[in-house]
Amino acid sequence: MSQIKHHITDPMLVAYAAGSLEHPFALVVAAHVSLCEECRVQLGAHEAVGGALLDGQAVHAVSVSMKDALLAQLDVVPAAEPDQTCERSGAYPGPVMKALKGKPPRWKSVGGGVRQTLLHVDDDGSVRLLYIPAGKAVPDHGHNGIELTLVLQGAFSDEAGRYGVGDLEVADDTLEHTPIAEQGAPCICLAATDAPLRFNRLIPRLLQPLLRI
Amino acid sequence: MTLKRPTQSAAQVSPQTIWMLAVRDQRDKAAFAALFDYFAPRLKGFVMRSGARSAMAEDIVQDVMLTVWRKAAQFDPARAQVSAWIYQIARNRQIDVIRKESRPMPELLEVEPDAECDASVIVEVEQEAAVLKQALAQLKPGQRDIVERAYLGEFSHQEISAQTGLPLGTIKSRIRLGLERLRHELKELR
Ligand SMILES: [Zn+2]
Repeated sequence: MSQIKHHITDPMLVAYAAGSLEHPFALVVAAHVSLCEECRVQLGAHEAVGGALLDGQAVHAVSVSMKDALLAQLDVVPAAEPDQTCERSGAYPGPVMKALKGKPPRWKSVGGGVRQTLLHVDDDGSVRLLYIPAGKAVPDHGHNGIELTLVLQGAFSDEAGRYGVGDLEVADDTLEHTPIAEQGAPCICLAATDAPLRFNRLIPRLLQPLLRI
Repeated sequence: MTLKRPTQSAAQVSPQTIWMLAVRDQRDKAAFAALFDYFAPRLKGFVMRSGARSAMAEDIVQDVMLTVWRKAAQFDPARAQVSAWIYQIARNRQIDVIRKESRPMPELLEVEPDAECDASVIVEVEQEAAVLKQALAQLKPGQRDIVERAYLGEFSHQEISAQTGLPLGTIKSRIRLGLERLRHELKELR
């Protein structure tokens, strides 16, 4: 059913299942799994391992008062959860829509026709949507750590191969790459880094603090 | 949900799954209490292994079990064992406690709550899980400790080695069948 060729690495899926994956990467994993049945299955297998470990866990007695307090809450109708999941909208999978708070992206130009919408920044890294017009390049960049790029619309190619909708590129600091969007529809990607990008061209580097890239 | 019972294997469905289905379909509080008695002490051990103190661990266990009650409709025994489903809820809860941001979640594939499910499918899911448990039991203590710590979220993804030698292949084929079944049902609903 699926044309997806580039998947999430297994250690990354384990870290996601266990909750130790940094938030920017976890968003990309959640978005890819939303699109990719293969990785949904693989994630399910890892959760089965987690379940088997839980099942075989040494028991620690819990207090009776806690159980009673819990049972007393069963009839309480919970307040509407603020943490509602969002539905997929166009090219954007549910978790991305949630990061967008249910609204369409508000693009900001980063030069060369490329636009971005920053979704999240913290000490662990950042995650953004990139909009790359057909035939254009994302500014040439390397990075200090790992970068995940998930294609949501269109396709791009770079030194490492071709990436279409649902494909995930994992780039580390050994890769200096220049993704170029294919002809046709503009390419929209979800990109996460665990460290600020360092651009190789002068102007983008000067803009970096302003754009929070 | 109706369990078809032509197969003699229906008797082998684990008590945990039977309790969970009674919670899901009948909102059965006695079944929930039984589920609590089984999982709460294990959850507490699990949560304490990853560093939570006893009082905090109890809070987390309480939240997890309350989520089990409230989100029971999302449980699909053809795709996941009860323990795997609860593991995932427990990890979410612990992340919520530790971090500001909750973990981004994939889109849900909604389960039809009264979908028919063949008991033999459930039994097969449980048999795969039993094979997995056996494989875990056969790991050397040091190895098992590392696997456990990885699934408790103590390692970064760079530190996790993919090779654990665990038989994920059979589990995967079972989950894949469960997803196919679900997709088929969703199509019929449209
Ligand atoms: Zn995949």
